[in-house]
Amino acid sequence: MSARDQHTKGSGLTWVGRAMRRVEDPALVTGQGRFTADLPAVHWVRFLRSPNAAGKIESIKAPDGALVITATDLKGVKPILPMLHKFNYKPVGQPILADGEVRFVGEPVAAIVAASEEEAEDIADEVELVIGDGTPLVDSLDALKPGAPQIHKEAPGNVILEGKIKTPDFDNVWKTAHKVIKVDARSRRQNATPMEARAAHAAYDLSTGRVTLTCTTQMPHLTRTAIADVLGMPESDLRVIAPDVGGGFGQKMSLASEYVVLVWLAKKLKSSVGWTEDRRENLIASFHSRDQYLTLEGAFDKDAKLIALRFDIVSNIGAYSCFPTTCGVEPLMALAEMPGPYDVRQYDARARGVITNTCTMAPYRGVSRPTITFTLERLMDKAARAFGLEPVDIRRKNLIDKFPYMSAAGLKFDEGTYKQTLEMAVATIDLPAFRKRQHEARKQGRYLGVGFATFSERTGYGSPAFAARGMEITPGWETVHITVDPSGFIEARIGSSPHGQGLRTTLAQIIADELGVDPQMIKVIHGDTDRAPYGWGTFASRSLVISGGATLIAARKVRAKLIKLASHLLEAAPEDIVLEQGHANVTGTDRSVSIAKLAREAYTQTHRFGGEIEPGMTEAGTYDPPGTFSNACHAAIVEVDIETGRATVEKFVVAEDAGKIINPMIADGQVHGGVAQGIGNALLEEIIYDDQGAPLTATLADFLPPTAHEIPPIEMHHIETDSTESITKAKGLGEGGLIGAPAAVINAINDALSPFNIVIDEMPATPQRVRAALRKAESAT
Amino acid sequence: MSEKIELTLNINGRDHAIKVEPRRTLADAIREDCGQTGTHIGCEHGVCGACTVIVDGAPVRSCLMFAGQAEGKTIRTVEGLAKGDDLHPMQQAFIDHHGLQCGFCTPGFLMLAVGVLEREPNISDEDLIDVLSSNLCRCTGYQNIIKAVRAAAQEMRK
Repeated sequence: MSARDQHTKGSGLTWVGRAMRRVEDPALVTGQGRFTADLPAVHWVRFLRSPNAAGKIESIKAPDGALVITATDLKGVKPILPMLHKFNYKPVGQPILADGEVRFVGEPVAAIVAASEEEAEDIADEVELVIGDGTPLVDSLDALKPGAPQIHKEAPGNVILEGKIKTPDFDNVWKTAHKVIKVDARSRRQNATPMEARAAHAAYDLSTGRVTLTCTTQMPHLTRTAIADVLGMPESDLRVIAPDVGGGFGQKMSLASEYVVLVWLAKKLKSSVGWTEDRRENLIASFHSRDQYLTLEGAFDKDAKLIALRFDIVSNIGAYSCFPTTCGVEPLMALAEMPGPYDVRQYDARARGVITNTCTMAPYRGVSRPTITFTLERLMDKAARAFGLEPVDIRRKNLIDKFPYMSAAGLKFDEGTYKQTLEMAVATIDLPAFRKRQHEARKQGRYLGVGFATFSERTGYGSPAFAARGMEITPGWETVHITVDPSGFIEARIGSSPHGQGLRTTLAQIIADELGVDPQMIKVIHGDTDRAPYGWGTFASRSLVISGGATLIAARKVRAKLIKLASHLLEAAPEDIVLEQGHANVTGTDRSVSIAKLAREAYTQTHRFGGEIEPGMTEAGTYDPPGTFSNACHAAIVEVDIETGRATVEKFVVAEDAGKIINPMIADGQVHGGVAQGIGNALLEEIIYDDQGAPLTATLADFLPPTAHEIPPIEMHHIETDSTESITKAKGLGEGGLIGAPAAVINAINDALSPFNIVIDEMPATPQRVRAALRKAESAT
Repeated sequence: MSEKIELTLNINGRDHAIKVEPRRTLADAIREDCGQTGTHIGCEHGVCGACTVIVDGAPVRSCLMFAGQAEGKTIRTVEGLAKGDDLHPMQQAFIDHHGLQCGFCTPGFLMLAVGVLEREPNISDEDLIDVLSSNLCRCTGYQNIIKAVRAAAQEMRK
């Protein structure tokens, strides 16, 4: 008996809740991980990309003898056409290769095929591409101006969708406001920047005519469906594999037109074809996000209670609509979730998605919640100042504390700990001591500030939430198949597609407890459409809740079957049988049979069960939950160097509640990573275009993810409120770290600079922006 | 395309005789010509450090070095860290302290940390953060990478 077995035996301890080491790690630390770019191929592809943001393609001339594929070769291949049935959405198609005109710098125009990547790159340099003059629209407000060029004929005025919400009593309540506070926030464009850029490898099988596409995706099944649709091929002729995937953060959720080209080429050449995106392509031509103007007004009564919110968001969606979420993902999430964790009954909001000649917008961890939380938390801090309150006190007055809570936008919040996590963060910071230190530091010309962000994180929402947005595809449910094979080992095949989240470990923990076995007996299989049941993938802080719930349902069915078999073999009542330590035991007796033996007999000795039990041992579970809200309070202490404008985060505190924690080590890791991205979003990360739509941030020396230097130690505090809306009682937490951090950091910068009476309502708050604000304040005095 | 040159790379104690174009980077040669795909390529412009390997005892960005420049030198990659089934203390520490999530940047961090600690076993905490800030990780927020490297440093000093 191993030490671990002793730990569980009779101790009442379970695998769930323990910091079990990840089963994913041994391969990854020894160089045995298998990533898409590791595969050899016969042919390699280089995409020729548009150097212009707008214009008609006048000619493409390839060098003699080169295999160069353009839109004219792709006859019969349909455009990618994401669909939304609400919000006056205008469906615009994205050609697989630019067809007749280009709409952003980096848009793929041609695919060059050669025997090596280098050769394909050399040929790409020789292709003569002539694009006529166009007038690019880079900024969404310019695209909204009357008379602006129309980028897609289907979307007049470049507005692709418009959503509105207004509560009936809004106007009456608004009139009674004691104070109205306004924030004009700007969120600059960002790139999720997974360390592994995108890659694809498509191989044709001569014996079956099938193509296997191995690619960096968060959604293998939907990738298969979408590519089969676009190419008009049977889905059964396409196998999609997501091998080890080097991070995604949403960027690898959306369908890449490049992958469609790879499958088309594998079929045409009846061979294998590879493509590995370089970092420049990833930064300029994969997917962007967060390019938004957010205007928020809050009406407060005389006691600083928020009584009404008015909100307008203009979301720059780039040149095309991403598949499958559509470009509604950012503006519509903002529309539904802006009131956040505050009790406000009146809400008037408008959200627009605007087409521009820039890289297409797609989900990035948190989607709009980092930007709406930033805007709302700036509003709260400004209101606190206007009322002469500590920022903490205005939050105490306004946070929701009665559950379930139905928001003004119609979302149902389950039990949470908004006020408790705030108090935990405040106590950890020791606010009175900090204010004293801040005061002393200012005398020495040092500017310290503290910032708070309280927020909710909607996680694990099923298909009705997507249907409410009018999405043609509602990626809500998940299915899990669990098999105990005749050798007694257990395989769980899941539709989710983790890429760093450690789901092979956490789901094994859930199954181990249910079946009374060691997690080492369990293998979780994912990321292969030939092996795993149809499912949606890993995104939106959903997998542990939804795939975890489906796992629990399937495991309960397997458990019931094992008990039924054991009750036959041991001649005992089912309620007297317990599963533990790999055995079915009859309580209070020494009668016992191993689970391995039960499984073997379920296949090989079916006659013993009198025809009452189906042969074999495979059970399926499907879960489609309504959604559950995690919550947290983030607190940051920063120091701003007023000479350089640089803000340094000195301390970062997270007090969070994500329901029941399955593996605390993995949970903390998710929060750490989110917070680090949030600090990067707050201070550093910005995709910049010039006025002609040429990207200026095409290397990692220009677009700056944070390093170990910029991230302070993150102090974590936990509350675990069991979710009533999730059968594992767990809530999701993949995005929360990033949702709160930008608001906390930039609130802290504003607090630090309060003696100068300046306001920074823009993210990222780069040194240049801080200095510009300080210079403006200096020249005003 | 220019004429290929013949050269021999010594990786993890084994000679690989290969024929490559002079412009071939060490990173591409290690991965594609020598089949050691544990070394990953993240940016190809020397910023992210995913391709870090140890050449003659020093951590280098293999995307910024030509394969030809590494001839006659001793190259170590992530595949050579463990001795059989015994993981290097740095590998074990990354597992124990959850110093990796997607695992793409991990080989580069392992080689960076091992290379530096072999040269400077008593490196200060502050200098260690300086060193680790030369590579990028997008998943961990660096918290557990720093913990893992500190724990492995203690183990390596034993």
